[in-house]
Amino acid sequence: MRGHDHRPKQPDLEDLPYTWHMALTDALADLLMAKGIFGADELRATLETIDQATPAQGTRLVARAWVDPAFRARLLEDVNAAAAELGIDAGAIPIRAVADTPEVHNVVVCTLCSCYPRFLLGPPPDWYKQRAYRSRVVREPRAVLAEFGLVLPDEIRIEVHDSTAELRYMVLPMRPEGTAHMDEEALAALVTRDCLIGTALPRAPQRA
Amino acid sequence: MTAPRFGPGDRVRVKRWDPPGHVRTPFYVRGHVGEVVTVVGPMPDPEQMAYGRTDAPPVVVYRVRFRRRELWPEDADPHEDTVVVDLGETWLEPAGTGEEARAA
Amino acid sequence: MGGLPAGPVERHEHEPLPWEKKVDAILRLLVGKGVMTLDELRRGIEELGPGAYDELSYFERWISSIANVLLEKGVVTPRELGEAMERVRARRAAAEALR
Repeated sequence: MRGHDHRPKQPDLEDLPYTWHMALTDALADLLMAKGIFGADELRATLETIDQATPAQGTRLVARAWVDPAFRARLLEDVNAAAAELGIDAGAIPIRAVADTPEVHNVVVCTLCSCYPRFLLGPPPDWYKQRAYRSRVVREPRAVLAEFGLVLPDEIRIEVHDSTAELRYMVLPMRPEGTAHMDEEALAALVTRDCLIGTALPRAPQRA
Repeated sequence: MTAPRFGPGDRVRVKRWDPPGHVRTPFYVRGHVGEVVTVVGPMPDPEQMAYGRTDAPPVVVYRVRFRRRELWPEDADPHEDTVVVDLGETWLEPAGTGEEARAA
Repeated sequence: MGGLPAGPVERHEHEPLPWEKKVDAILRLLVGKGVMTLDELRRGIEELGPGAYDELSYFERWISSIANVLLEKGVVTPRELGEAMERVRARRAAAEALR
């Protein structure tokens, strides 16, 4: 969002028509501040917090879990506490990590709305919020994963986690073969956001 | 009051209720039998929180695993894939032994 | 909607727009301060009716639900919102005139 434009812009000005819903948003924010429900400084700080949550925070947790078995155990126990060890604020809603094994591949969805560990990973991708993914992944996970280019062997069980309560889920994928020489930072770079949802697997880099 | 009624490994049937109002039990598991994976513990009751009643008693939440082939027996896909859903205790009843439940 | 028939997953994505982040921030503050709950947000979205899913975008549904819940609770009134929307539209028009 930042910076390619030459001319400075006010942050709330976009090259988009000012819709009824945008006006409602600005009006509500103004009104709630005028009523003292929150302050302009709190709104600004919250917007900054929103920008800080990115998939990179999740990939760091995965890479650390791959190199440190004790951390892995703590991550599987309590993601929020494990994240705090790395200086990451994962928010107040409890997040659980579900670990892939040679027998089970995990996938996350929210069929009721679009629950997602957004305090840790940032906003979910658009497809995660759409009807097609939410309707189909519980019933035909293999067909949906194939649309993402992920085809799993028949003997692997796919377990879909439907976030229907106040718990959020992230997948802890398995460390790919051929990565023994890599450090934590390089390992984190193998993990994409979709790996944390379960619609992709981390891939070892091709050898030159 | 909030001591869990079920434990890991218990087979539970989801009530086939269809009340108005805000509930967090997906339609696709209602009436079906699953197995308790973990007891999450007491959590605020979404059915009350949705109407602003933040002082309502909590509900014990369970992670319950369902076999995809049991939920949608008409589907041809033979894979033994599973779905885990987080459900409140008010929606669950005992489903008997595994053999009975599978035979049903 | 779990298990219902639907078409292929459309993989297009967009970065959240500033106004969408503002909706997110308003909700976080209201929930954090105990003014409303996430379950009230969800109920409010359901009460927009089945058509809202196709007619409104994701954050349009959020802000509509937030506004309705706050009206219901008496945190804001329609008149206050009407006046405030008039003010922000005038502010926006003035800012655009300067560009």
